[in-house]
Amino acid sequence: MSTPQNAAKGDELPPLRLHLTRADLVRYAGASGDFNPIHWSDRVAGLAGLPGVIAHGMLTMAVAGRVVTDWVGDPSLVRSYSTRFTRPVVVPDDDTGALVEITGTVADVTESDGVRIARIDVKAVFDGKSVLGRATAEVVLPG
Amino acid sequence: MPDESFVGRSLPAAGPFQVGREKIREFAAAIGDASPLSRDLDVARAAGHPDLVAPPTFSTTFTMPLIEAFLRDPDFGWDYTRMVHGDQRITFHRAIHGGDELFTTIHVDELRTRAGSHMLTLRCEVADAAGEPVATTSSLLVTQA
Repeated sequence: MSTPQNAAKGDELPPLRLHLTRADLVRYAGASGDFNPIHWSDRVAGLAGLPGVIAHGMLTMAVAGRVVTDWVGDPSLVRSYSTRFTRPVVVPDDDTGALVEITGTVADVTESDGVRIARIDVKAVFDGKSVLGRATAEVVLPG
Repeated sequence: MPDESFVGRSLPAAGPFQVGREKIREFAAAIGDASPLSRDLDVARAAGHPDLVAPPTFSTTFTMPLIEAFLRDPDFGWDYTRMVHGDQRITFHRAIHGGDELFTTIHVDELRTRAGSHMLTLRCEVADAAGEPVATTSSLLVTQA
């Protein structure tokens, strides 16, 4: 497995498997201040044409980013992080929640002024399909 | 119908948003981020940080409420109830720490209408109390035309 110190193009980061539950969505709503009811009310989600309550896109982005920050070890080393939200993560009202599987791959490593920066492609899969598009983080590699 | 005359404009800077340690801890817990740099002040300081380090997407806690307030303003004419988040970009000029006092300026960068949808790009420039840049975020927001 790759370490940040000797990262090279093509390296795979340690993957993450996590379950997002309704309780996680409620906790994230409070922490983030995003109280849009499509993230906690089946009734409102249905009225909006959704199959059920869905996770906040920013929550999916945040948990997917852990594959990068867990690996590099310091959130302050992240220079940029971007994604498209391509599919919703539908979170059932049960004890298991929605399984999201996250992987990261070193897309390239560049060096300028003695600082090595890795570009990490991040993938997040729910229900067999990718839910983030072109998710990419740039991180400074520790020396 | 959103008011296109807003495009190219920026809103007055909002702030200061005081970054609290407990807010960083609460946010880290909510996203399951176990980094001690976001939880344990002694560990953060020993690693050379002035205070707790916020997780990368923490800026949403103060940018999104400002964006929501703008989009709910009837003058702009946006249907907030049918909005979805299309994409999000965050660029860091430095990390956000506990104790930071941050000011956010929303810029209305682009508004397009295509295939029955309005697509709006809002950029937030985040600066510290000294006026130094901290982060630039860009959100693509989509609602039915």
